[in-house]
This record gives sequence, structure tokens and C-alpha cells, in this order.
Amino acid sequence: MGEYAHLYVEAAKLTLTLGVIGIIFSLGIGLACSLIQYYKIPFLKRIVSVYIELSRNTPLLVQLFFLYFGLPKIGVMISSEGCAIIGLSFLGGSYMAEAFRSGLEAIEESQMESGLAIGLSHSQVMRYVIFPQALSISVPALCANVIFLIKETSVFSAVALADLMYVAKDLIGLYYQTDEALLMLVIAYLILLLPISLAAAWLERRLRYAGFGN
Amino acid sequence: MQDLGIRVLFMGNNLVRLLGGLWVTIEISLLSVIFSIILGILLGLVMTLKNPITRCITKVYLEFIRIMPQLVLLFLVYFGATKTFGIQLSGQVSAVIVFTLWGTAEMGDLVRGALISIPKHQYESGAALGLESGQIYRYIIIPQTLRRLIPLAINLTTRMIKTTSLIVLIGVVEVLKVAQQIIEANRYTVPDSALWIYGAVFFLYFLACWPISLLASRLEKKWKN
Amino acid sequence: MDKNEKLLEIRHLHKDYGNGPVLKDISLDVHKGEVLVLIGPSGCGKSTFLRCMNGLESIQSGEILLDGEVISGEKTKWSEVRQKIGMVFQSYELFPHMTVLDNILLGPTKVQKRSRVDAEKDAESLLERVGLLDKKDVYPRQLSGGQKQRVAIVRALIMKPEIMLFDEVTAALDPEMVREVLDVMLELAKGGSTMVIVTHEMQFARAVADQVVFLDGGDIVEMDDPETFFVCPKTERAQRFLNTFTFEKKEEQ
Repeated sequence: MGEYAHLYVEAAKLTLTLGVIGIIFSLGIGLACSLIQYYKIPFLKRIVSVYIELSRNTPLLVQLFFLYFGLPKIGVMISSEGCAIIGLSFLGGSYMAEAFRSGLEAIEESQMESGLAIGLSHSQVMRYVIFPQALSISVPALCANVIFLIKETSVFSAVALADLMYVAKDLIGLYYQTDEALLMLVIAYLILLLPISLAAAWLERRLRYAGFGN
Repeated sequence: MQDLGIRVLFMGNNLVRLLGGLWVTIEISLLSVIFSIILGILLGLVMTLKNPITRCITKVYLEFIRIMPQLVLLFLVYFGATKTFGIQLSGQVSAVIVFTLWGTAEMGDLVRGALISIPKHQYESGAALGLESGQIYRYIIIPQTLRRLIPLAINLTTRMIKTTSLIVLIGVVEVLKVAQQIIEANRYTVPDSALWIYGAVFFLYFLACWPISLLASRLEKKWKN
Repeated sequence: MDKNEKLLEIRHLHKDYGNGPVLKDISLDVHKGEVLVLIGPSGCGKSTFLRCMNGLESIQSGEILLDGEVISGEKTKWSEVRQKIGMVFQSYELFPHMTVLDNILLGPTKVQKRSRVDAEKDAESLLERVGLLDKKDVYPRQLSGGQKQRVAIVRALIMKPEIMLFDEVTAALDPEMVREVLDVMLELAKGGSTMVIVTHEMQFARAVADQVVFLDGGDIVEMDDPETFFVCPKTERAQRFLNTFTFEKKEEQ
């Protein structure tokens, strides 16, 4: 059954590459959005909340269909890879924003005051006092989002990307290798996701034991 | 050109067909959510047991279901069941099975979480009032658990609806498939219809999920304390 | 002690949260080396008053001067002013993700840009003074309330402030830990520190204060030396306030 293994390896590489790029963008978008909400920046705050609602209440598959099949009709041509990354970032950004936001909100305002009281500037308090604490509170949610987003990449085959699902479907459809194809599919995703899931659990436990959060 | 595209949406019974397609998705979601809630409560109760065997089995089940993309699970059941057991499952039935398996895992974990989050002294203070164990559950534990659980269960419904969009990939005719058919049929008369039709599908999903999300977060805020 | 040199001057301070005044036309001087104790019923505005002094609360009118310079204006560089005004909070507000030493060193290294080695010497000698040198590498959660509060005092002291503000620093403590914190403050007072203290510990107030300020309803009702105030207060409101304490004491004992 090893004869198709290289197809899966290639597909897994594609999934992982697009997934990682999408996750990095998601983190950036999420951080920016959470800061806009934290500082209650007028106007931008509105846009962010509309974005978050849109992104969280629509499926990635539908977002991809719109990007890949819809947009070219008004002359916006985006490659399959481009659509995949944009779609994943659009989806992931709102999830990451919620994770960062809950971390920031968990830090009492009195921590800010106590930082100011020893003469730190507002940005210094953010950097040395608020962010480190908020981040450690956000970590479990951020990890869960990373796993969620990598799982979401499984719909990329819909925009003609040769990912793991695409390879599996090909083997089933063209060569009737159903058992092998499905087994390899499960193994491939386990290899991809199990280490991340275990690392996340470890990180979470470590943070909880370090437990400086009171 | 642009007003040409949007016209497609209102041509004939296109919009009704799209809504019909969305209903297929929602029907499957609702069925799966109902099954998931019932089975999830059972699973959650089983998971609070101290028995090492049930613990191990439920943990493996939970971890496997949660780590696999739902689309993989869908493939396993849809293609796998046919091959292995020789049963020809329709896409719809496969979808309900898979999303129930997934929803049960999610719900079970939520139920377990809600149950263990009730502090021990709540049981003790109930007992101190002279309530019997059944009464403690009925008047103290279950109402508190429900308050934590209901918003999460409602949230699961929106996640279920979004996830159900995947069924187009195993050939079920739902909203995206109907959209494709409409675009196909108008390929020559309205070449840019894809933008409008897929845009409409996007907003239909949003309109289906958003009110439910809103309800969940309202309830969560209301019951926080 | 040169008690004539005015360190902090408050002139006609008015504070309003938008639903009625909290502080009405308050004027007050704090002289160098003086210990001023603010007392009054809860909600009288004493904590708000203290927070106005280092800009944690904005004021609607009036002036605050430190060393003769107005610090309540629009262009105040609070970061500089706050180095001269140390503050200790009721809920300690140590930074939970940093060790005791890092908590103390954050100000000197990031605000005053002192070298870590140099500041560490100061930190250690201050920790020794409050009896917590052996705790320098632990995290705040491993400390008792009294220990946390002593660390918070050190964190403020290391900035070498000209004046220290204490906002009900023993109110959140278990009774047996109150003493260790008050002792540190008494020692500071004896050493000639300028301090403004908000407290409910009347015996301590009497022992430590040079001036007692009694606030009620956003007004300074009475201001006296502690003996006069606690033995024969001039106003009826102060008398009534003090009575609630003696009554409580009898009940407790």
C-alpha cells in the first residue's frame, strides 16, 4: 500500500504549508482586531465586530466558493492557493481575535493602575504587565484554534488543491482503493494533528502549573 | 453588467430553490443536534464515572473524533461503510451519523465540564438542608448545570450548521449544489451570476447562524452570575 | 524635620464622576516629613482623593502642586511625577507573572533606566528591611497577603519617592497579618518619610499621624493633631464616626 504514500506526503506538505501561512495571518489579524476592540477605537471597532460576526457565522467552504468561483466574475482572479490562504485567514482571524480578547479582558484594570503608579508609561505597562499575562491566559484558546484551522484545511480540495482529501478521493474514485485510501487519510491526519494536540495539552498544563494567574 | 447578475437570484424560483437547499443543510443539522444532545448527556454522565474502562473508552472516542477533520469522518462513513459492510448509505444518512458522532463527543465534553464545575459544597449545602439526593439533583445541580449548558448547546447548533456545509463534497444536493446548478443553467445568459449566487449563499448561511449565535451569547451573559 | 516646606499642595480640588460631586473644594498641604492620615466613613471620597494625587483619577477643577509645580494640568508628564509619588494599593496589585525581585526591579530598570545589578542591591537591602529577602525569587501567589503587601511597599520605595500614598493597605488582610504591614509603615514614618495614609485602623492612625484629616461627604470636616482628634474631636460628625468604632470594639471583645 506504500505505492501511493508519496502522494499523501506531497498532499500533507501542501496542507501544512497553507495551514501554517493561514494561521500566521490569522494571528496577525486576530491581534489587530483584539487591540482595536480593547482600545475601543471608534469606527474601526464597528468594522471589526461586523467582520467577526460574518466570519464566525459562515462556513469556510462557502467563503472559498465565493472567493474562487464568485470573485473572478468581477475580474478578481485569485489562485487556488491564494483563495485557500485568504479564506483560512478570514476565518481564523476572528477566532484568534476572540482568544486574544478574552485574555486581555481577564486582566484587571487595577494591574494597569499599579503599573502606572510606579511610573511606567501606558505602552510599557501593556508590554511588561498586561500582554504577558493576557497571552498566557489566551494560550489554550489559541492552541485550540490552531488545531481547528488545520482541520478546516480539509475543505481545500473544493478549490482544486491537491490536498489529502483530494488524493483520497482520487484513489477511491479512480482506482477503487477505498480501504487503503481511507486508512492512509486517517493516518496522515493523525500524524499531522496528534503532535500538535499533545504539544498544546503539554503547554496548557505547564502554564496552569506555573499558574502565576493567582 | 452588474445589475444583470443579481437578476438571476430573483429569476423564476431560484431564490426558493436556494432556500430549499439551505433547508436540507439545516434539517440535517437539527436532526444531528437533537441526537447529539440526547447521546451527549448520556456520554457526559458516563464520563464523570470513576471506572477506568469507561474512562479509557470515552477518552479515546473523544480524542479521535475531535482530532479528525469532520470531512474525514464523513469520508470514512460514506465511502467506508459501503465498502466494508456493503451497506449503501445515502449522503444524508451518512451525514446524520457523522455529525451525531461528532456532536455527541462535543456535547459529552460540555456536559462533563458543566457537571464537574458545580462545586462540591453545593451538594453539601443541599444535604445540610436535609434534601435527599434526588432532590439535590432536581433543585440544585440540574438547574445550575442547565444554565451553563444551554448557551453552549445552542452554540453547537451554529457549529453544526456550518459543518453541514461539507455534505456537498459527498454529493448531497444542498444549497451549494443548487447554487452550482443555477449558475450552470444561466452560464450563457448571465455569465457573472456566480458572484451573486455564491454571495447570496454566504449571506443565507450568515442569516441562519447569526441569530442563533446572538441568542447563545445573550443567554451566556444573562446567566453568567 | 523641616515641617514648613510644602511638598504637596492641593487647592480647591473638585471631583465629579458625573452623578454629583465626590470631592468638594478640598484644600490641603502636605509638608515634608509629615504623616497625614485620612479617615472617614466608606464612600466619603478618601480613596478617590488619594488617587487624584497621582493622577489615577482626573479632577474637574482645582490644582495639585508637587514641589511648587502644578501637576494637575493637561501637559503633566505623569510618568515622571509618579516616580516621585509612590502608591500602595489595597489589593497589593503585584504582577503575578513576575518573581518578587522582578516586580520590584521593573520600575528602576524600565522607568529610571538603572542597571539591573545596581538596582538589585537596593532591592535586596529593602527586602531585608521588611524581612523578606529569602522570598526574592518566589512568585506572588506563594506569598501570604501580609508578605505581598510588604513587597508592594518595597516596589514603591525603590523608586525613592518623595511621598508615599497608602490606600487602605491592610483592609484586605487577615487580622494576624495587619500588624506586620503596619510595623513597616511605622518604621518608615519614624525614618522621616512623607506619607499620606487612608486607613480604618484607628489605633494605628493615632500612633502614626502628625495630622488627622476627617473626610465626610466629600468635605474635609475636621483636621487636627491625633491627640486632639481622637480624644476630643471638635465636630459632632467626627465624634459620631469615632463612636462607631468604640461600639464595634465592645461588641468584638
